[in-house]
Amino acid sequence: MNPKIKEFEAAQLKSNLPNFRPGDTIRVAVRIKEGDKERIQNFEGVCIRRCGSGMRETFTVRRVSYGVGMERVFPLHSPRVETITIVREGKVRRAKLYYQRELRGKKARIMERKKAEPAVPQQPAEQSADN
Amino acid sequence: MTLGLIGKKLGMTQIFDKEGVLIPVTLIEAGPCPILQKKEKGKHGYCALQLGFDKKPERLVSKPESGLFKKINLAPTRIIREFRVDDSSSYELGQALDVSIFEEGERVNVEGVSKGRGFQGTIKRWHGHRGPESHGSKYHRGVGSMGGSSDPSRVRKGKKMPGQMGNKQRTMLNLKVIGMQKDKNIIMVKGSIPGHTNAYVLICKKQKKEAKAAKR
Repeated sequence: MNPKIKEFEAAQLKSNLPNFRPGDTIRVAVRIKEGDKERIQNFEGVCIRRCGSGMRETFTVRRVSYGVGMERVFPLHSPRVETITIVREGKVRRAKLYYQRELRGKKARIMERKKAEPAVPQQPAEQSADN
Repeated sequence: MTLGLIGKKLGMTQIFDKEGVLIPVTLIEAGPCPILQKKEKGKHGYCALQLGFDKKPERLVSKPESGLFKKINLAPTRIIREFRVDDSSSYELGQALDVSIFEEGERVNVEGVSKGRGFQGTIKRWHGHRGPESHGSKYHRGVGSMGGSSDPSRVRKGKKMPGQMGNKQRTMLNLKVIGMQKDKNIIMVKGSIPGHTNAYVLICKKQKKEAKAAKR
């Protein structure tokens, strides 16, 4: 990539992101606009993929609610993604956890990773009880 | 061509706007472009500015060119282009124009030479369809019908045929200026522009509506 574009992108990247990996259970605080009001909605689930690099990086969060699997893709550096909190660190052997889509119940469990260092807790934003 | 700048395409990236909407942008390193010559109505019959861009090593400068640069006492530039203006008398020779001639949200035209793709068939060049690959078919990527045999019994003008694709001057119209960095001479426009990375491009202001109407 052109070094000048790299420099340009570097200025736009978020610096306060937690170091989460696929397999981790994370809570994403998403800004949602309803009419002219803005509120923050939490989406909690397992991160099954991180994709791309720089400004284009995205991550996918999967959660199963009421027996229905649901996945959301977030651009990592989007201003709509307010905060990302690591709830639980999971131990997995793959970078993309697509196999989770076929698994249900006990088989879908992910072992907890032993923490080498304590994860930096992020300041959780004001949350509305939703999701 | 209205007033504009000469620039170099840096490449594409994405940015988020305040709402969080992702916008594809092309970064162009534009200017500073020194004014090398002024064309005046009385003298030349029209008003224009001749702008230069990018440094040129001394050894590449031809003798007639070096005379031009010596006269205005400026370092030689690689690219020289003329831009029409309404009135050239308000500009000074040697004055450098930079991205501040544009505003955020303004619409511009960007002109450049598209990427060359060589001699291409009708499938790639004109999005034609292909024939069957198998089942005894011997017609795979051909042009297809050339037209009726008895009427018009000739190939119509403008028939889409194989040939050189790309490496042609192309202009992208109405690109929105998303932002700029004056200290780095970088301007961002929404969407793609012709040419490869590091290609020279011209960024032109849109002609005013009144001026356009007057011409007609």
